[in-house]
Amino acid sequence: MDNDKKGNPIVKWLLIALSFIFVVLFLVLPLVTVITQSLRSGFETYKKAVTDSYTVKATVLTIEATVSAVAFNTIFGIFAAWLITKFKFKGKKFLTALIDVPVTISPVIAGLIFLLTFGRQSVIYPYLQSMGLKIVFAVPGVVLATIFVTFPFISRELIPVLETQGTDEEEAAALMGAKGFTIFRRITFPHIKWAFLYGIVLCTARAMGEFGAVSVLSGHLRGKTNTLPLHVEILFNEFQYVPAFAVSSILVMMAVIVLAIRSILEYRGKKAE
Amino acid sequence: MKKTAKRVIPGFGLSLGITLTMLSIIVIIPLISLVIYTLKLSPKEIIDTITNARVMSSFKVSILTAFIASIVNLIMGVVLAWVLVRYDFPLKVILNGIIELPFALPTAVAGIALTSLTTDNGLIGKFFAKFGIEIAYTKAGITIALIFVGIPFVVRAVQPVLEKLDGSYEEAAQTMGASRFTAFRRIILPEIFPAAITGFGLAFGRCIGEYGSVVFIAGNMPYKTEITPLIIMSKLQEYNYSQATAIALVLLIFSFIILFVISLVQHRNAKILKGG
Repeated sequence: MDNDKKGNPIVKWLLIALSFIFVVLFLVLPLVTVITQSLRSGFETYKKAVTDSYTVKATVLTIEATVSAVAFNTIFGIFAAWLITKFKFKGKKFLTALIDVPVTISPVIAGLIFLLTFGRQSVIYPYLQSMGLKIVFAVPGVVLATIFVTFPFISRELIPVLETQGTDEEEAAALMGAKGFTIFRRITFPHIKWAFLYGIVLCTARAMGEFGAVSVLSGHLRGKTNTLPLHVEILFNEFQYVPAFAVSSILVMMAVIVLAIRSILEYRGKKAE
Repeated sequence: MKKTAKRVIPGFGLSLGITLTMLSIIVIIPLISLVIYTLKLSPKEIIDTITNARVMSSFKVSILTAFIASIVNLIMGVVLAWVLVRYDFPLKVILNGIIELPFALPTAVAGIALTSLTTDNGLIGKFFAKFGIEIAYTKAGITIALIFVGIPFVVRAVQPVLEKLDGSYEEAAQTMGASRFTAFRRIILPEIFPAAITGFGLAFGRCIGEYGSVVFIAGNMPYKTEITPLIIMSKLQEYNYSQATAIALVLLIFSFIILFVISLVQHRNAKILKGG
């Protein structure tokens, strides 16, 4: 912090002021707008919009999709991180690149890819139909899209931590006869605890807010395949602004909670180091 | 036999199996089906689709707005990272925490909030309307939505690099008579440049494909404020999968080029981070 003293205080406070103006304009103001707009017609209207049966159904589906995505990506994240950081094998770089594909492509294209895979023009469509499985324009499509867009979120947090930790401790434990799960639980997990929780938080945030990919696959059936963000879109396009912002306020509260947990985890993680 | 004997840590087969199975379901099979579907399209159809005037102008709108937004984020990202690493001031923890809001807030919510702020009746729109400037339903509106989406990328890329740089080089430069600005330009800027470009590239890639926050504020007028992801979306709603795929291919190739450039720059970046 001794840079502080030497630097020009005018430059310092100008830059700080500039940062605050930028952040307030672009980040704080939109948040405040959602809250003020949702309460514009009083608390009763707000309560009615939030407890509307379509809103409740959309919330349930959003939670289902989010929980599925977190569960799926947790299992994948732990095994993929273990595989990539504890073993040497051919094609590791290619595998790592493939894991990152979902976050690099547009959500709309993600939706398109799943339409082509499971939709009517797909090779496997007749098989799906004979099994009675409906994926596109149904709940499984929404869940798949959510899993896809958050796919690398947990593995990406675990891999760098495990990489710096190395393999010596696990090797020693294995040589002393410890079983795989014991090694993971007793030696590896304490190292990745904070990164793991952080990954879950990020995954949750993105999963509950996904819009583009889910929008392609959901078919927008109100009360059936509508998630909260899609419900917001429908209300807004119907010029029902107050209800649209009221439903948004649920998502804003979730986002603020996520950010708070994130900050706490980061602080705890740094202290643990 | 020899190869397996070298692996002391257990669980290779199990984790390889689970990883590959899950990766196949979510990524590999869908990508293959995209390739299969693309191969069925005739080259003429693909070229006709993407050279269509409306599609071409959507590329222009998307690239232009994403580029301007990412330049703004490049500059503000470096400023924010600098302020957060080098200075102490009240509310610093909150400033640092809120940077990540665009990752946590659903894009649709951001979209409607920014729209209501920038229309003629909105808090910001009202102010600019006095000068005859419209924001919502213009390219300026799209750019604002994209700035929102891209804020965290440059900040989070530059922050760790700045943290690793201690003040000693700058001090040495200043002792030798360099001004503070020269010290920044000659010593710090080259060090954070790769990270800043990486953040810029990530933000740019994200903005090109962004849909949720833009649809509401863009107004979606053909040839003027229609972005490429929106065209893909409307083709999908018309069940015109072949044209949607053709346009998506252009975007995909574009984002892979960005990723390739980033990986080249990151190679250099990794060296700096390791070298401290």
